[in-house]
Amino acid sequence: MNFNINKIRQDFPILRQKVYNKSLIYFDNGATSQKPQQVIDVLNDYYLKHNSNIHRGVHFLSEKTTQAYETARKTIKNFINADNDYEIIFTAGTTASINLVAYSFAEKFLFEDDEIIISEMEHHSNIVPWQIACERKKAKLKIIPFNNNGELILDEYKKLITQKTKLIAVNHISNSLGTINPIKEIIKIAHSNNIPVLIDGAQGIQHQKVDVKDLDCDFYCFSGHKVYGPTGIGVLYGKQKWLDALPPYQGGGDMIKSVSFEKTVYNDLPFKFEAGTTNYIGAIGLGQAIKYIDNIGIDEIIKHDKKLIDYAHKKLLEIPEITIYGQAEKKSSIISFLINGIHHFDTGMLLDKMDIAVRTGTHCTMPLMKHYGIEGTVRASFGIYNTCDEIDILYNAINKIIKMFKK
Amino acid sequence: MTINEIQDQIIEEFSIFDDWMDKYSYVIDLANDMPIIDINKKNEKNLINGCQSKVWLDAKFKDNKVIFAADSDAIITKGIISLLIRVLSNHSPEEIINANLYFLDKIGLRENLSPNRSNGLNAMIKQMKMYAIAYNQKLKQL
Repeated sequence: MNFNINKIRQDFPILRQKVYNKSLIYFDNGATSQKPQQVIDVLNDYYLKHNSNIHRGVHFLSEKTTQAYETARKTIKNFINADNDYEIIFTAGTTASINLVAYSFAEKFLFEDDEIIISEMEHHSNIVPWQIACERKKAKLKIIPFNNNGELILDEYKKLITQKTKLIAVNHISNSLGTINPIKEIIKIAHSNNIPVLIDGAQGIQHQKVDVKDLDCDFYCFSGHKVYGPTGIGVLYGKQKWLDALPPYQGGGDMIKSVSFEKTVYNDLPFKFEAGTTNYIGAIGLGQAIKYIDNIGIDEIIKHDKKLIDYAHKKLLEIPEITIYGQAEKKSSIISFLINGIHHFDTGMLLDKMDIAVRTGTHCTMPLMKHYGIEGTVRASFGIYNTCDEIDILYNAINKIIKMFKK
Repeated sequence: MTINEIQDQIIEEFSIFDDWMDKYSYVIDLANDMPIIDINKKNEKNLINGCQSKVWLDAKFKDNKVIFAADSDAIITKGIISLLIRVLSNHSPEEIINANLYFLDKIGLRENLSPNRSNGLNAMIKQMKMYAIAYNQKLKQL
């Protein structure tokens, strides 16, 4: 399919909405993406006509919803080229997926003085669960540094690996800098030392081709709401050998084969990790969102992303008062910046007044901000429906703000 | 002037602005015109961390009145702080405790106090009232 921006924009009803009587420019896709009508319709339809708990009923509705839930799993499995449906675990989101692995992996494989490696540009969600695990097991957390362009220093990474390293967890794309990390290389280096790798794909899945077989990653995590799907649903992909080896994270209904007070036998994958009633309608909506972007084509999306980020860099660099944080050679559609002498919060407030939604602050990456010695940035993050015309409006708005402060 | 008289005066001043840009430019001017706070007062004890922007609030009690001084690293927050100080500073603890801050609604700056903005302004107003309550207790003990 050709990338038809007008058609895509029409699919997102929220973009027709006026904010302060003007068309909304939504540049906060890193925080969450908007939803196409196709996803909204599926959610509506299920609540209106088909709602019934999955894997439990003998009746017609339950059967139908169970089928749709398992079809969504298959859609996601195909999209990321996993080997098996049961390697796709539905969770509440990226944070839940990482916490699951951090808990269960540490329980079985992490011992005193062992080491986990993460990077200096992780989201708090890929820092804190590992800190908790290390604290619990008296293990150590080691950090891959990045250079001022916002690129991980792989030579330093190699030096961090020891006999004690048990797992490496890094993000696919930095949510603050937009850097596309060389995860395939990171995984290859780890595997040559027999160390598994978890990829935080919260910003990756919607912007990059994710082929878990080609990447050879052991775990890949992402959220539904950042990939044009509903909130409260996400995915943990794990290689079967790891998911089989890990103990369950939560106990409850559906994750067991049999329960007695003497002994409980756990269910097979993927149900072993899906305790209780999952967000099954969310999962069905996520399946629809994945179909939606698959239909546009990830290669087309990558091309569109590149056009937007290159244009945003070019325009913003024309403004001498702007400092861009993160100028990696390989960058996705996230641009973090500050206007010299103007607090990020003031910039964000005034951009909002001009109908441009951006994020301001630390973006849940305080150690990254510390690297640059700043309190936060203004972040514009683009989605499939954004255009270069909107970046022009951002450019003009920034110039207006600079004028307001110069007066 | 009473707290409400000052609030009405501010509402009157803001009534001339018919677009947001003039209004916010004025808020920026107010921030720039604020007296510079003693650097020693920008300490950990006076810091109200709003996540997005930082606010420092200092209070002293003189002639039965509470005198506030404050600062922020974000200019719009600072401009609104200057208005809050103008309204609440130099009044008795009782007046401050009973103050109903309606002017922010009337001048269209209430949105800056939404918890979503996490700029420390809400916490600052609470802290101003807390100071007033504490000084009021002190007065009663005298």
